[in-house]
Amino acid sequence: MSPLLEVRDLRVTFPDRATGGVHPVDGVSFELARGETLALVGESGCGKSLSALALLRLVPPPGRIASGSAVVLDGTDVLALDDKSLRKVRGRRIAMIFQDPMTSLNPVFTVGDQITEVVHAHFKVPKQEARDRALKLLNEVGIPDAASRLDAYPHQLSGGMRQRVMIAIALAGEPELLIADEPTTALDVTVQAQILELLDQLRATHGMSMLLITHDLGIVAGRADRVAVMYAGQIVEQASTAALFAKPSHPYTQGLFASVPRLTGPVGHLMPIPGTVPPPSAWPSGCRFRTRCPIVHARSAEMPPMLQVGPEHSMRCWLAEDQQ
Amino acid sequence: MARWLARRLLLAALTVAIAITLAFFLMRLAPGDPLSRLGDERPMPAAELAGLRARYGLDQPLLSQYATFVVAATGGDFGRSIHYGRPVREIILDRLPASVLLGGGALLLTMLGGALLGAMQALRRDSPLDRTAGVVSLAAYATPSFWLGLVLAWLVGIEWRLLPVGGFRDPLLAPDAPWMTQVVDLLRHLALPLLTLTVVSIGAVMRYQRTAMLEALAQPFVAAARARGLSERRIRWRHALRTSLFPIVTLLGLWLPVLAAGSVFVESVFAWPGLGSLAAEAVGTRDYPLLMGVTLLVAVLVVLGGLLADLAYAALDPRVRPA
Ligand SMILES: Nc1ncnc2c1ncn2[C@@H]1O[C@H](COP(=O)(O)OP(=O)(O)OP(=O)(O)O)[C@@H](O)[C@H]1O
Ligand SMILES: [Mg+2]
Repeated sequence: MSPLLEVRDLRVTFPDRATGGVHPVDGVSFELARGETLALVGESGCGKSLSALALLRLVPPPGRIASGSAVVLDGTDVLALDDKSLRKVRGRRIAMIFQDPMTSLNPVFTVGDQITEVVHAHFKVPKQEARDRALKLLNEVGIPDAASRLDAYPHQLSGGMRQRVMIAIALAGEPELLIADEPTTALDVTVQAQILELLDQLRATHGMSMLLITHDLGIVAGRADRVAVMYAGQIVEQASTAALFAKPSHPYTQGLFASVPRLTGPVGHLMPIPGTVPPPSAWPSGCRFRTRCPIVHARSAEMPPMLQVGPEHSMRCWLAEDQQ
Repeated sequence: MARWLARRLLLAALTVAIAITLAFFLMRLAPGDPLSRLGDERPMPAAELAGLRARYGLDQPLLSQYATFVVAATGGDFGRSIHYGRPVREIILDRLPASVLLGGGALLLTMLGGALLGAMQALRRDSPLDRTAGVVSLAAYATPSFWLGLVLAWLVGIEWRLLPVGGFRDPLLAPDAPWMTQVVDLLRHLALPLLTLTVVSIGAVMRYQRTAMLEALAQPFVAAARARGLSERRIRWRHALRTSLFPIVTLLGLWLPVLAAGSVFVESVFAWPGLGSLAAEAVGTRDYPLLMGVTLLVAVLVVLGGLLADLAYAALDPRVRPA
C-alpha cells in the first residue's frame, strides 16, 4: 500500500548575505504510512519545526521551499497546489499542533469561536451543528465542564487546558495526519504525560497518522512506530523504534540517548554531546556532525549518504560501512 | 465592575479638579487681566475701572476668588463672560455643536481611515504603495495645520472657488431653506477644515497602525490560523486586525479632547465657530470666566477620553476586562 505521506529531498532555503543562501532543512526524506506514528527527534535548531511547516507550505518568508523538493500526500503533490486547494489540505487533511498553546490561540476570541471557525472553514454545516461539534471535541479532549468552556477565552484556561483546546481545533478538520510539534515542552511534567497519552489515544480512535516532533527521546518509546533523528537540517538516522532503542548507531543518536536521564536502554560508554547545533551558515562541509563527534571517521570530510545499518535501519555515517 | 467604575470616576473627578485649579492660578499669574486693555481705546477714569474690577470680583484676594469660583462652578454656574457679557455656559453650549461636528468628524475619519490605510500598508509591506503611503503620511504628520489650512483655503476656496473658505453657514441662505440645502451648505463649509484636521492627524495613526498590524501578522496565532486552512481574508481582517487595534485606541483616548475641543488653529483659519476659536479669543482678551469654562470642558474631555479608551480596550481584549 502506498504511504499516506511521502517527503522527498525537502529543502528549505533562507537568503543569507555571507553565503548567498542557507538550507536549515537540507534534503529531508521520509514516508509515513496510514495510522503510523513517526517521531522526528533532534536538538533545538536542527530544523524540525521548519520541516513540519514546510509540509504545509508555511515556511516564514523570506524562507522558501527549494525546487526539487516533493511533499506527496496520498498521490497529490502538496507543493504544486494552488492556494484554494492548499487550504483544503491545511487543517483538513494535515493538522498541526504547535509548541506554545499560549501564543497559538488568538487571545481575543473564545475557545468556541476558534473551534467553530475551523469547522466552518472545512464543512458546510449550520451554526448550531458547528457548535455541537465543538462541544463534542472539547469533551473528547478531556476538558471538564466543556459546555461552559466554549465561551471561555484562552487566558482563562491553564496551559494544559489550552493545549487540549489546540488539539480539539486540530481535530475539528478531521485530518488524516496530525503533526504535533513539541506539544508538551511548554507544559508541566505531570501534564505532559497526560497530553501525550491523549494524543496517542486520539490518533488510534480517529485512525490518524502522526508526526511527533520532540527533542526528548524519552517520550518516543511506546508511542512512535518509527523514529527519524535529525541533525543540522538532515535526517541522520532512521529506524523502527525497537531497532533504534536496541541499537542506536549514529554517534549523534548515541549522544542523544546519553542525555536522556531516565533511560533504561543501552548504557555504557555513551556521553552527552557537548555544545549545541551550529547555525546553518556555520555547518561544516562533509559530515555535519564531525565538529562535535566523539569519534570523527577518517572519511568525515566527505558527506556520508544514508547507509544501511540493518533491516529498515539506516544512518548518515561512514561507520555503517565499516560495520558491514 | 462597579468598584472599578467607582475608582475610575473618583480618579476622573480628582484629575479635573487639579486641572482647573492649576488653570485658575496660572491664568492669574500671567501678565494682564480682563480689564487691562479697556483703557486702550479711550482713557478710562481710575474710579470707573476700580468699579468694574469690584463688579467682577477681581479686587478680591486670589484665594477668595478661587473659593467663589469653586462654589459657583460646583453648582454649574461659571459666571458671565467679561468680553461677551453673556453667561459662559450659554456661550459654550452655542459653540459646542460646531466643535463636535468638526472634531468628531475628524476623529472618526482619522481613526477609521488611518487604521484601514495603515493595515493595508502592512499587508503590502515594502511595496510601492506602502512606501508612498509612508512618505505621504510622514509629510502630512509634519505639516502645520494652520499652514495647510491657509493653502487649502487659498487654493480651493479663492483660486478655484470650489468651496467656501470660512464660517459655518452661508449668511445669504434663508433660515427656512429646505433641509437638504441646509445640510449641503453645512457640508460645504465643513469640508476644508475637516480635510485639514484629518490630514494632519491621520499620518500618526497610519504609522502606529502599520507597525501594530505588522506585529500582529507576525504573531504565532496567525501562522496557526493559516495552518488550520482559514482564508487569508479571515486571517487578516479578523484575527490580525482585531489584535492590532490596541495602540490606536490609546491614540483615540489622547486625541478625543484635542479634536473634540477643536483645533485652535484650524478653527481660527476657517473662522469655524467652535470651541477652539473661542478659546483663542478668550486667551487674547484674558476673559477669565470664559477661559475657565473652556478649560473645564477640555479637562472633562481628557478624562472622558481616558475612560473611553479603557472601555474600548475592554471591548477589544478580554484579558483586560474587569472581572
Ligand atoms: N525565520 C527564519 N529566518 C532565518 N532562519 C531561520 C528562520 N526560522 C528558522 N531558521 C533557521 O532554521 C534553523 C532550524 O529552525 P527550527 O525552528 O526548525 O528548529 P527546531 O529543530 O524546531 O528547534 P526547536 O527545538 O528550538 O524548536 C534555525 O537554527 C534557524 O537558524
Ligand atoms: Mg521547533
